Amino acid sequence: MANMAQAIRLALHYGEEHLGVTDIFGEDVGPPLGGVFTATQGLRTAWNSPLDERGIIGMAIGLAMAGQRPVAEIQFADYIYNTIDLLKLAGNTCWSSNGQWNLPMVVMTPVGAGIRGSIYHSHSFDAVMSHIPGWKIVMPATPLDAYGLMLSAIKDPNPVMFLPPKALMRHRGEELIPGEPEDPRELSKMIDAPVGDRSKWKPTWPPVEEYVVPIGKAKLVRPGSQLTVVAWGRCVPLALQAAKQLEGEGIDVELIDLRSIWPYDWEAIRASVEKTGKVMFVNEDTEVTNFGEHLIRRTIEELFYVLLAPPKLVAGKHLPGIGLADALERASVPQVEEIAEAMRALARTEP
Amino acid sequence: MSRPKLAGAANSRPALAPELLVEMHDLMVKARALEERLIQMYKQGDGFFWIGGPGEEAFNVPLGLLIKKGSGLDYDYLHFHYRNSATLIAMGEDPANPMRQMKNTATDPYSGGRNFAGHFSKREWNLAPVTSPIAVQYSIAIGTAYAQKRHGGEGITIVTGGDAGTAEGDFATCLVWSSRPGNELPILIIVTHNKWGISTHYSTQQGPKNIADRATAFGIKNKTIDGNDAITSYLEIKAAMDYVRKERKPFLLEAHVSRLYGHSSADGANRRPEEEDCIVRIEEVLLEHGIMTREQMDAVHEKWQKEMAELHRKVREEPQPNPEDVWKHIYWEGEGS
Repeated sequence: MANMAQAIRLALHYGEEHLGVTDIFGEDVGPPLGGVFTATQGLRTAWNSPLDERGIIGMAIGLAMAGQRPVAEIQFADYIYNTIDLLKLAGNTCWSSNGQWNLPMVVMTPVGAGIRGSIYHSHSFDAVMSHIPGWKIVMPATPLDAYGLMLSAIKDPNPVMFLPPKALMRHRGEELIPGEPEDPRELSKMIDAPVGDRSKWKPTWPPVEEYVVPIGKAKLVRPGSQLTVVAWGRCVPLALQAAKQLEGEGIDVELIDLRSIWPYDWEAIRASVEKTGKVMFVNEDTEVTNFGEHLIRRTIEELFYVLLAPPKLVAGKHLPGIGLADALERASVPQVEEIAEAMRALARTEP
Repeated sequence: MSRPKLAGAANSRPALAPELLVEMHDLMVKARALEERLIQMYKQGDGFFWIGGPGEEAFNVPLGLLIKKGSGLDYDYLHFHYRNSATLIAMGEDPANPMRQMKNTATDPYSGGRNFAGHFSKREWNLAPVTSPIAVQYSIAIGTAYAQKRHGGEGITIVTGGDAGTAEGDFATCLVWSSRPGNELPILIIVTHNKWGISTHYSTQQGPKNIADRATAFGIKNKTIDGNDAITSYLEIKAAMDYVRKERKPFLLEAHVSRLYGHSSADGANRRPEEEDCIVRIEEVLLEHGIMTREQMDAVHEKWQKEMAELHRKVREEPQPNPEDVWKHIYWEGEGS
């Protein structure tokens, strides 16, 4: 079973061999390192850029204008903030030119806390990104979804922001990518660069196949009857753990992984909330003008009369940063216990 | 304003053929008449805001004449700022189109009534959308240039901007990425230096005497020229372009130009008599060498002023966008969508 970094690598390999990807680039993306999370090791079209985030995004826009298919990486989402006006530009190029220009480009940047990354390796970006129209925004929670969403992102003729959670990069999935060897040690031998001198190393790629997760389609992670939990990114496995804890207490949670922030799968949310009457949104971005707040607004406007309890948001605290010390980080972003407690409270609420 | 004598003795022939000078004069006057009409449109309420490039014709017209115009990697990619109308006119653009954008009509081919005057976009000519954020085009141009580096051939990337915007990090980005060892880019980096950023004079904000000097540190060939001289501009743009096309390496060309009607309608869009007029300059040459008479040149002015007034009357009657049009083109609706 590939971990998420390997899954992204396999997807990019598939992209450069079958989907016309021309450039995979960013800081330390090319050899010898192949990305600080190893997500770009051994790729044929990977190259190193200057340490210049604005140049990386500008390069991607220009390449897309010139008919190429770039995948650009900003090493950590924490460092994407100085590119915001270029991201806005990428998002409005088709619209402002009245449909003349399109930008088939992918920007990938790891997001969120959970790697003991302190103030500048723990930022989330989904809420800010949702304020930049013209992009599609995806956020995988499993390696297989990372693979399938990356293929969709590459195929899309519009700019797509791909946000893998930092804390899940080393997590293995429970599902095989089509064409992936069953033994993870075998996969590692094939595609992980050796420690030490890599100058003569070349990966042996497994024959991975086309597998697409459509952008805008949520995933039912766990069916349930009493309350709906909609989570994304790193909060999906946390919410799943919490839901499992609550099984023994007779609380039956339905868990949905949103997977795409924009466009998002409202039909999946609506159908679930109509069934359970209770909903909670979970993510780790800061809670004020959080994307979950938008979903709560829409839930209230469109589903008010089926609700049995006020909708709830569990999100990161509205703090200037995530502190390094364990206690500080845990107090800043949702933890299993906090999610479980919120689920209990919501389950107990009676109209 | 004092200025250097024309190259060569007074009676020697100009360095460009008389026919080319007559053509350049015609295009410069046409572009000026367009900008002056756009200003008039603003002042008559046929548009919300004006910004443009009157005063840069001596540089922008030869630039337009020398561009390899077309679509795709074999042609020049253009990343302009909002003072390049004369370049488009020299490339053969219908002057009704900038008027349509001024009047934000549904027929505006650049933005469908969405963007300010001077914010051109024309994919069939590789002209990227002009944007209001200053200098971002310098960061984007490296992408088309990199694709052209890989593609080979003669197509190059041309990026233009003003002097004030060179303080932005995007300008440094352009210099760094254009000159990566082994990955030098076929890009003509142009700075039209009018000495002003809205109300702030260049000399109060930046130290370098010549902006082009910054390129030297990156090993990028460069030159600072008098962009108010159409002949100099033509020759220097051609030399720089030939170098970029052939050597597939960057060149920074800095041209001193005038800002004849101020920054935009926000500071009045009135004629600035203290700024040198490049059309007066080329007309002196044409007269001095007996290439055109005053009467012939006056007729050119009259012809284009009349033409622009007629186009204005026509564009004024064209439809405005519909409210539901805001939802069009958020995502690509063309091939492969």
